[in-house]
Amino acid sequence: MNDKTRNRNPEAAGTSEAALLPAVDVFEDATGITLLADLPGVTKEQLHLHLEADSLSIEGEVALETPEGMEATHAEVSLPRFRRVFTLSKELDGHKVTAEFRNGVLKLRIPKLEHAQPRRIEVQVA
Amino acid sequence: MYRSLFPHDLFAELDRLQREMGSSLGTSPSIRGLGRGGFPAINVGGTTNSVEIYAFAPGIDPAAIEVQLEKGVLIVSGERDPDLPAEDAKATVHIRERFSGRFRRVVSLPDDIDPDQVSARYRDGVLHVSIQRREAALPRRISVE
Repeated sequence: MNDKTRNRNPEAAGTSEAALLPAVDVFEDATGITLLADLPGVTKEQLHLHLEADSLSIEGEVALETPEGMEATHAEVSLPRFRRVFTLSKELDGHKVTAEFRNGVLKLRIPKLEHAQPRRIEVQVA
Repeated sequence: MYRSLFPHDLFAELDRLQREMGSSLGTSPSIRGLGRGGFPAINVGGTTNSVEIYAFAPGIDPAAIEVQLEKGVLIVSGERDPDLPAEDAKATVHIRERFSGRFRRVVSLPDDIDPDQVSARYRDGVLHVSIQRREAALPRRISVE
């Protein structure tokens, strides 16, 4: 699983709008990969996950409740959008990805293909 | 509307680039560290009758966030548990960027705020604190006779 966000040609992705890179945790166990991404201010409706061939993209629009006529005086989150793209390796099963999204944290579980899962091999005694 | 409030411009892009380079080299550009890249990230805005503070703190139980207002300073503190697998789980950590542990950020507020009129809401991982300005401080039109 590789992070391809930086090397990607923005035009090829269909959008050239600047976006923030969300912080992620990725860990792998015997049966698959778990990815956690911080997407604060993104609602469930504005979170877009795309899996195309071996490319997984996470994109979300930030929507904040702002009162009429608000002027920003200090902004650390300076763009209203998060985007990050990963390349999945071939032993991962893109069809069985599950996603949870709660309090601005996305949790993705990408299982490994059945043949890539570890198996215990019985030793036969002749 | 949001887009025009926090527009993306060349300087924002350069700043982002600098922060990314800084973090990939493992160096912190500022001795205080917290100014940029602290957790939670904070945006501040204002209208003529209120001050709005947004703290981007995803994945926290709202009851575990402490918001204090004292002497014209707003303090947001709390703790975020690491979501990493337990030590004994046979797992490999490939990327670890998300903040975990205790956090505390301080925002100094303008003089004209009313400490009795504060509201705080947590939604989609963003803590939004809205503080009203005092009536007396509101701009008034004075009619000329």
